[in-house]
Amino acid sequence: MAQAASRNRRLLARIGEHSTGIIASVLFAAPIVWAVLSAFKPAQEARLPPLPPWPTSGFSLENYATLNSFGDGLWVSAQNSIYVSVMTVVLSVAVSVLAGYGFSRFRFPFKDLFFILILSTIMIPFQSILTPIFLVLTKLGLHNTLTGLVGVYVTLQLPFSIFMMRNAFDAVPREIEEAARMDGAGNLTMLWKVMLPLVWPGVVTIALFAFLGAWNEFLAALVLMTDQSKFTLPVMMTALQSGRFGAIDWGAVQAGVTVMMVPCLILFLALQRFYIRGLMAGAVK
Amino acid sequence: MTTITTTTAPPRARKLVGASRQQWIGLLYVAPAVALVVVFFLIPLGMTAWMSLHNWPLMGEHSYIGLGNYVAILRDTRFWNALRFTAYYTVIVTIAIFVVAFPLALFVERPRPLTNLYRTMFFMPAVVGFASASLLWSWLLNVDSGLFSPAAYDLGLIDKKFNLLATFQPAFWSIIAMVVWKVAGFTMIILMAGLQSIPQDLQEAAVIDGAGPFARFRAITLPLMRRTLALALILSVAGSILAFDQFYIILRGGPRNQTLTAVYWIFNQSFVSFKLGYGAALSMVLLVVLVALSLVQLWLLRKPEGLD
Repeated sequence: MAQAASRNRRLLARIGEHSTGIIASVLFAAPIVWAVLSAFKPAQEARLPPLPPWPTSGFSLENYATLNSFGDGLWVSAQNSIYVSVMTVVLSVAVSVLAGYGFSRFRFPFKDLFFILILSTIMIPFQSILTPIFLVLTKLGLHNTLTGLVGVYVTLQLPFSIFMMRNAFDAVPREIEEAARMDGAGNLTMLWKVMLPLVWPGVVTIALFAFLGAWNEFLAALVLMTDQSKFTLPVMMTALQSGRFGAIDWGAVQAGVTVMMVPCLILFLALQRFYIRGLMAGAVK
Repeated sequence: MTTITTTTAPPRARKLVGASRQQWIGLLYVAPAVALVVVFFLIPLGMTAWMSLHNWPLMGEHSYIGLGNYVAILRDTRFWNALRFTAYYTVIVTIAIFVVAFPLALFVERPRPLTNLYRTMFFMPAVVGFASASLLWSWLLNVDSGLFSPAAYDLGLIDKKFNLLATFQPAFWSIIAMVVWKVAGFTMIILMAGLQSIPQDLQEAAVIDGAGPFARFRAITLPLMRRTLALALILSVAGSILAFDQFYIILRGGPRNQTLTAVYWIFNQSFVSFKLGYGAALSMVLLVVLVALSLVQLWLLRKPEGLD
């Protein structure tokens, strides 16, 4: 009797727990799912109130087509965003792997000073030095270029990713290197063939953070890119949403938001454990 | 010649030659990173200070005006209002994030069936960019074809569609809701890591001593979480003080300029009015505030843990 009662109570507790979990999950996921589904409504329907969230009069890509006809088009901005994000990933990984290796394995003048300098950039956010960044880029002839934007984004990634990579290299036992050196490996071979395979989880982590950072950044892109043909997705979408090209087409906004969110979500779902690990590493700092 | 000296030198000297060569190699490895930081951080930082002492229009000559910009800031009520609003927003949003994130962290801390799914679901909005989230919510909050107002109207809850973004209070709380939705999962993960680092036997010992859940939370969980709580607090405060995207995209600083944040005002002065020198001076003020806060935060994190 008593046993059955306690089993019932436990069952009730579990049901309570999971209904809480499911309700909360729905609340967090709903806006994303809603936008993704609504983007497939025909334009006519997208102007109507949002219930139900899915298309009722047939699946349509009309909103994406409308979006592509705004300004220089969805595809141009998407290409800009892809270019900027991929370049940011490649360069910030290259620069941080080299620097992380340097800080972990070598002694050289001003080493501590350089390390502190790089880490301290985290204390002063780029938002407060954006005006001179704008002028520096103009001086370098990089104003209104995607390359200039990449330079800014890579620099933003450095404190986190160099810290990450230095720790990753620190964790590799020196014996491995010594053994490789006995076998006649030079400095770069050592880094490329011996060390890199051992620190690749760190590399994936910093690459993921660099991608999300560059793909999602808004203020610097808004300030530094003045030509419509250079707009990244967030800037193009803001221009569209502010009605700069006529009345706001919410169907097109849903389509644009979907294009902006889905790559982040896919990458996150595929590389979850690296993301969480990066978060922890950043947190331990 | 050099080869001869190296080969004939005693082993220790050879090592030294190798070591000094290594020094330069180390510098080479870190050089690209240092160069980037100099060009995109150090020089702009110095220039901010320099520009703040000038009248610096986008076109035409700039001229030295000493502390003129700073004197102008003292009279700039918009800026002080923006700073005050930023502080207000930071406090409220940080509290709201903790109120949501802490229960979530407790909920997903222990591994149970479906816990991983819940963690992922709660965290998903955190990987979406602030700009995307803002655009998404600007649609949901829209009075005509958005979600809240039309749905409430269709369901007969309200008899007239209500524009959430037209007056300060509803607009402000809409932004808070959006930011909590976007950020709570992130804070949850940080807090969860802190909870998991608390040794399980401590809790068990307390249970044996007859401590209830609330007593255990107060006597064990909270003190042992101090560093984690401080960190989550710092991240939330740092993010909120620099808030821009959501206020620019959803509210455009409105209604009636009541939601201009500090960064928004600097953006306006520098890149809309093109008063670059004045924008730089405003940046310097914000910078001083942020560095002061960073120092407080470092001190918070340095303080030793209660029990170790």
